Amino acid sequence: MGLLSKIFRTGIVTEAIPPGDPQIVHLVREVDRRSRRLFGRALGIREVDAGSCNGCEIEISGLMGPVYDSERFGFHFVASPRHADLLLVTGPVTRNMEVPLRKTYEATPSPKLVVAVGDCAHTCGVFKGSYAVAGSVDQIIPVDVFVDGCPPEPADILRGILTALGRS
Amino acid sequence: MTDLTLFTLMIGGYVGGALAACLFSRGALARWLAGVGAITGGAAALALGGGKLFDWSSASFTRIEVMGKTSIAGPLQGAGVVLIAHPLSALFLAIVGAIAIPAALYSIGYARDWEGRRSLRTPGVMLNLFLLSMSLVPLAESIFWFVLFWEGMAISSYLLVMTEADEPETVSAGNWYLGMTQFGLGFILAAFFLLLPPDGSGDFTALAKHASTLSPGLKSLVFVLALVGFGSKAGLVPLHVWLPSAHPAAPSHVSALMSGVMIKLGVYGVLLFGLRLLGGGPAWWGGLVLALGAVSALLGVLYALMEHDLKRLLAYHSIENIGIIFIGVGAGMMFLSYGLPALAVLGFVGGLYHTINHACFKGLLFLGAGSVLHATHTRNMEEMGGLIKRMPRTALFFLVGAAAISALPPLNGFVSEWVVFQALLGGATIPKREVAVLMPVAVAMLALASGLAAACFVKAFGITFLGIARSHEAEQAHEVPASMQVAMAALALACVVLGAAAYAMVPALARVVGGLAGLPPASAVTVGWSLGMPLSAPGAVGQISPLSILLGLVVLLAAIPMALWLFRASRALRVSDTWGCGRIAQTPRMQYTAAAFAEPLRRIFAALYRPTEDVSIDFHPESRYFVQSIAYRAHIVPWFERYLYDPVIHRVIAWAARVRAIQSGSLHAYLTYLVVALVIMLALLVLWGS
Amino acid sequence: MPLPTGYTVAIAQTALALLLAPGLVGLIRWLKARLQNRRGAPVWQPYLELRKLFAKEVVVSSNASWLFRAAPFVVFASTVAVALLVPVLAVPLPFDSVGDLLVVVYLLLLGTFFLALAGLDPGSAFGGMGSSREMTVAALSEPTVALAIFALALGAGSTNLGQIVARTMADPAAAVSPGYLLAFGALFVVTLAENGRLPVDNPATHLELTMIHEAMILEYSGRYLALIEWSAWLKVLLFFSLLGNLFVPWGVATVLTWAALGWALATLLAKLVVLAVALAVFETRVAKLRLFRVPELLAVSFVLAVLAITVSFLVR
Repeated sequence: MGLLSKIFRTGIVTEAIPPGDPQIVHLVREVDRRSRRLFGRALGIREVDAGSCNGCEIEISGLMGPVYDSERFGFHFVASPRHADLLLVTGPVTRNMEVPLRKTYEATPSPKLVVAVGDCAHTCGVFKGSYAVAGSVDQIIPVDVFVDGCPPEPADILRGILTALGRS
Repeated sequence: MTDLTLFTLMIGGYVGGALAACLFSRGALARWLAGVGAITGGAAALALGGGKLFDWSSASFTRIEVMGKTSIAGPLQGAGVVLIAHPLSALFLAIVGAIAIPAALYSIGYARDWEGRRSLRTPGVMLNLFLLSMSLVPLAESIFWFVLFWEGMAISSYLLVMTEADEPETVSAGNWYLGMTQFGLGFILAAFFLLLPPDGSGDFTALAKHASTLSPGLKSLVFVLALVGFGSKAGLVPLHVWLPSAHPAAPSHVSALMSGVMIKLGVYGVLLFGLRLLGGGPAWWGGLVLALGAVSALLGVLYALMEHDLKRLLAYHSIENIGIIFIGVGAGMMFLSYGLPALAVLGFVGGLYHTINHACFKGLLFLGAGSVLHATHTRNMEEMGGLIKRMPRTALFFLVGAAAISALPPLNGFVSEWVVFQALLGGATIPKREVAVLMPVAVAMLALASGLAAACFVKAFGITFLGIARSHEAEQAHEVPASMQVAMAALALACVVLGAAAYAMVPALARVVGGLAGLPPASAVTVGWSLGMPLSAPGAVGQISPLSILLGLVVLLAAIPMALWLFRASRALRVSDTWGCGRIAQTPRMQYTAAAFAEPLRRIFAALYRPTEDVSIDFHPESRYFVQSIAYRAHIVPWFERYLYDPVIHRVIAWAARVRAIQSGSLHAYLTYLVVALVIMLALLVLWGS
Repeated sequence: MPLPTGYTVAIAQTALALLLAPGLVGLIRWLKARLQNRRGAPVWQPYLELRKLFAKEVVVSSNASWLFRAAPFVVFASTVAVALLVPVLAVPLPFDSVGDLLVVVYLLLLGTFFLALAGLDPGSAFGGMGSSREMTVAALSEPTVALAIFALALGAGSTNLGQIVARTMADPAAAVSPGYLLAFGALFVVTLAENGRLPVDNPATHLELTMIHEAMILEYSGRYLALIEWSAWLKVLLFFSLLGNLFVPWGVATVLTWAALGWALATLLAKLVVLAVALAVFETRVAKLRLFRVPELLAVSFVLAVLAITVSFLVR
């Protein structure tokens, strides 16, 4: 019962998202009203690591924790792209991950959204020009929102997803 | 049609088919004539048996003597073939006829494979003779005719098993089969002869009368001998070892007949002795049958789980279902001895209902396995896959059979298992507490067996038909000829109908056992039914309506898409690759295999299986970091073969080798043996004479 | 005897079960979130998920056959059929004589059977793994369920659900008899196993090697996924109704009047909330068992069921 008493002593630790730097989140194209209404409150997110250093992954995993709590917005992380509505892509797309990324995008049922997280996903970051990199994410699959940062804070990533949904 | 006409038609059909196969041994004409003969015989048998069962024909059944009374005393006396003196015979005759029709129809298409390679004479003749002897075994009313038809059945089925004798495993299977049938026959004959009345009449009524004068110990001995003899035919553990080798070795329609009908005649034999001849007995008889049944059910399905040969898997499931039948029969016998007639009727009804149902769905499954074998030329599940797209109708019928054997409502397998469950649940009212507490054990074993059966058939159907083809043959598979499809369709339909028609089947089966061994006659026990649908029994503690369940499921299945359309759900659909975490290509080897599917259960029941694994890895010659191929073999310990049969067989062979020393080849020694034997016999005669 | 409005009540209670099921699962998730010190999604989140899924496109594998597309309907139909048989609001209802507890168990097995086949159909390794594990767990929980039914039927004299409920209401002392309590424990463990809850299976996992139920549905999307998820949630509600109404039947309406039905609804909601809280706390407290420890857990529940039977026998 020590666990339960500790839970009650700790209380709810979820924080409200602070307003952030508007430069970090880039909306590439406006999401149509139908998708916005559809995903506005229930969104399945599939995270795709297209060759990242895992820095962004660590920040994304913070989203599921009690402090940032993405679930309160109706987001839940899913195991299969077939269950997903939004792909959260990280990393410069390495040559080995190019085809898997395309296949993941293809496996996701439409309507679907893509949010590219991190500098690598936007501009290939420090790996730009490397022989192992095929290109940034928008050169492989269509992207709706970029979230800059190396790595971006979890609050920025949340803001990026909310921007994709038209809920800023 | 009077009974005599139907009887003549049945004999005529079978004999005609046999003659036709004898005369024309090649070509489509041979196949069709042999098949049509068998179908005619089967239809007549079904009409004859079914008519008695459901009281269609108004003619009263009398004792019709085909051969007439002979003046030879002894076991041959009174040896006319009697025409269905009892409904129990009618039931088994109906089962033979019902499965004979689809099996014979199937054989017409199946035998096309043999043309040019084998003569169709033996299979055609033996099929008809097999069906003939199986139809006449339940009708026989004296020892002589019973044993004659029993042996006829054994020998014709042996010859049928050996049809494809160019494979060594077939020969071995045939030897095992022949050995076990003769072993069983020995016990059956012993049981019969112990019951012979002093005047030597072999007629069953005389036997029953004499049996009532025997001491309880002798009666028990007779019952145990009969149980061993008929149990070995039925496939009760531990006398089951011939089943998994003989049934796969035989051509598929023969497997269907053997598994669906022939082993049921073992059940008939036990009922004949237990109820008719011996008139019931102490509770431990029923308890023994129940225990053997429960063990067979569990062991059968546990071994079936580990099989990847489709027909061997089905053969082990036959052992499991025979176990379930004997659970019902055993429970019935126990209730009978404790003076609970209504529950006893329920137990027997459950066992007999499962007999009919198993004949249908096992026949269907074997015909389906035969179709798969016909199309892919392999029985190994690990080489199949994706057949549902290439053989859609076979897959559908096999699915119906798989669902039926897994006891899924509303099909027939569920209904008969429900009746057996209800009989066992009623066992709580047995007066002796220590015995009554064994009923929950049986319930648990039955439930586990049926759960594992469902798991096994997900594996069997899933690996065989679903997914991607694992071999070239599976990729090239084609649908089977129409006659084979129609045969399977008929059995699939029967599975559905027999489940829904429970309200008619159960009273009919109650009438079958009514009047035997002190069970109340049919009119006194109303395993009630109404024009509506519920199935309820006074001794039972439950009420279901399979027909309503079937209708309800059909209505719901239709209503859901309509509701989706009504609420304007999206109807978009896109075809894409299987999701494999983005891998580049998908090969058949990336799928689950049958061994992998059963692996959790192999580990859980490792105490029984004692599994061993053999992994051999071939490395690239250049470096140990590159693997060229990996071979994985998994083995389980075959307990009965290794620790029961092999020692006995070796002991017998060792003794035989020693006795062989007598055959010295020397004429002098043989003459000495003769003289010594003569002297001993004369001495004995003199001693007895004085 | 079927009462005049019996059929209406039966259909209404099934519709009610269907409508409440997502809310129940939403409540469990909300409670778990709060126990994890976070706000979590609102209780009505599963409704929003269903609405979204019904509007999405379905992507089907090229290796899949008609069975893949038919399985969600079979699963949903069999679960709704069970909902028609389980006493949610009132007894006795006209469908009571159509199916008893054994029919309920095997109808659920029908759904599991087809879902397992659908896992094997696309030819993916995950699906095969999920099917294999799911059938193993289902097969191993069968004896426990059968014995628990036996224990209940011994007391009630029938396996029909209406009879069991009526008998417990008539004889309140039976509800606290050791036999019933042990049977409740056994059935609670079976509820966890059959519905894929911790410690048998984590419904929120996204690690495929730890999945049992989720692995079979990885290929499903859109309306098919919606039907399967809804069936799974309905199954949770039905198991909770069975646990609540068979063992603590007070509140279940025995006459079909508006007052009785209203009271039945209120007590049903109360029982569901209590069980939801119990499940949420339990799931927070335990960790998931590795797959080959699950048979041990099921063996424990089997032993509980055996004890239930033995006690019932001795007490009679």
